[in-house]
Amino acid sequence: MAKVPVQFTLNGEEKAEFVDAGATLIKVLRDKLGDTSPKGGCNQGTCGSCSVIIDGELRLSCLTLAETCNGADILTTGGLARDGVLHPLQRAFMDEFAAQCGFCTPGMIMAAKALLDSNPKPTREDVIDALSGNICRCTGYEPIIRAVLTAARSNSQNAA
Amino acid sequence: MTIRRGRGVAAINYPTGMNLGGDPSQALVHSTPTGNFMVTLSSVDLGQGLKQVMAQICAETIGVKTDQVIIDTADTDTGPHCMGTFASRGTHRIGNAVIQAAKEARQVMLEVAAEALEVDAGDLDTDGEGNIHVKGAPQKSISIFDTALMAHFKLGRSISGRGMFLVPRSYPEVETGAMKPSTCYAHACTVAEVDVDDETGEVTVVSVKNVFEIGRALNPKMVEQQLVGGSWMGMSHALYETTEPYYPKRDHAGTDFNEYLMPGPGDIAPTEIVVLERPAADGPYGAKGPGEMCANPQIPALANAIFDAVGVRIDMMPITPERILRALKEQRAAGTH
Repeated sequence: MAKVPVQFTLNGEEKAEFVDAGATLIKVLRDKLGDTSPKGGCNQGTCGSCSVIIDGELRLSCLTLAETCNGADILTTGGLARDGVLHPLQRAFMDEFAAQCGFCTPGMIMAAKALLDSNPKPTREDVIDALSGNICRCTGYEPIIRAVLTAARSNSQNAA
Repeated sequence: MTIRRGRGVAAINYPTGMNLGGDPSQALVHSTPTGNFMVTLSSVDLGQGLKQVMAQICAETIGVKTDQVIIDTADTDTGPHCMGTFASRGTHRIGNAVIQAAKEARQVMLEVAAEALEVDAGDLDTDGEGNIHVKGAPQKSISIFDTALMAHFKLGRSISGRGMFLVPRSYPEVETGAMKPSTCYAHACTVAEVDVDDETGEVTVVSVKNVFEIGRALNPKMVEQQLVGGSWMGMSHALYETTEPYYPKRDHAGTDFNEYLMPGPGDIAPTEIVVLERPAADGPYGAKGPGEMCANPQIPALANAIFDAVGVRIDMMPITPERILRALKEQRAAGTH
């Protein structure tokens, strides 16, 4: 099959790959670039565990063709920690016990990051709305909602 | 159209583990040359926190800090036998096996330390900070680090232990059918409040209040995590989830996450959790199994709350708007309400 050249930025690093025409972004991220933080739960856009941020917008990497990402700026949960220091969202998910099996967690965190990037002081309803495309089997959602609100508070304290 | 409020209560007891042909779990513990302790298991951590709790149990039994314990659950082909992490059995069965293995390892460790300190092993105790000392004379001590080095390099001993916990098979008595399928039981009680729309059959869960009696909470935050998630799951079983909505017909069975209905973050109910601890005599440090138990009492409590609200008994799960409306229709036809 003909390969397509693709160049984009992944968590701040330049990447260039030849990908199969029609290959999904999650496949390229996981199998070619070794970033396994986006999880393939349903591979049809219904569970949210593959969520990534592309050019500032929350996107499902299982429904995004890699070849459409030329020149894009892509962020995944795998790139959130810097120099061994966890991102405030990762810290809050730990502190609030917001993960059990952990499979949904990377998608939840990216959905939460997309929310906090555009709305640093969300209400509980804003958080619920932002997470509504992501499925969790273990937690009952409440610890996840609390974690996002906690991260928002710690962000605004750091900014102040 | 009227929204009717109802309240329901239900209490359950729930076995820890099961008993089909005997219920065994085994564990092996050994020290590294530098006095850390390795626990080898075949028991899988699915996210419920098995590794953390087994590390706590081993550390408590040997007398070291939890971060000095490494849990290896790598391979069911090569590890000690475990029936598995299901039936709310993990903490109880595997925990008891770890205690037995850790006790044996601790005994060897104290024997090695006794050799080093030229005292009787029975006079030694651990301080939980990585040292072994003579009881009543804390200045006469040796670190576990040095004890392990001595065992490995001078005495040629393995500081290790074998653990086995078996709940033997229980056969029912022929006359009465009585048997002992489990060794201890966790308990729960839930009070649920609902609003039922008698025109659409829709149920809004107003609140779910749970009390859980779980023996002893070995890791209270992780227990709470299980209970909060479990309470939500119970509500989900009661009102949302099914793979076979018209069983035995396969019609309308969900085939993917689009069609399989589960409550999302917008559908959760205000939930309260209270934990009661009545340690089980045969539990590891008193623990029972909270895992599956915590997702059960919400189901009858919600069914009772719906009965309280609109006077219909739904005996099929999940209690969907369709089932409520059909029951209300029958109720009106019978003129009983």
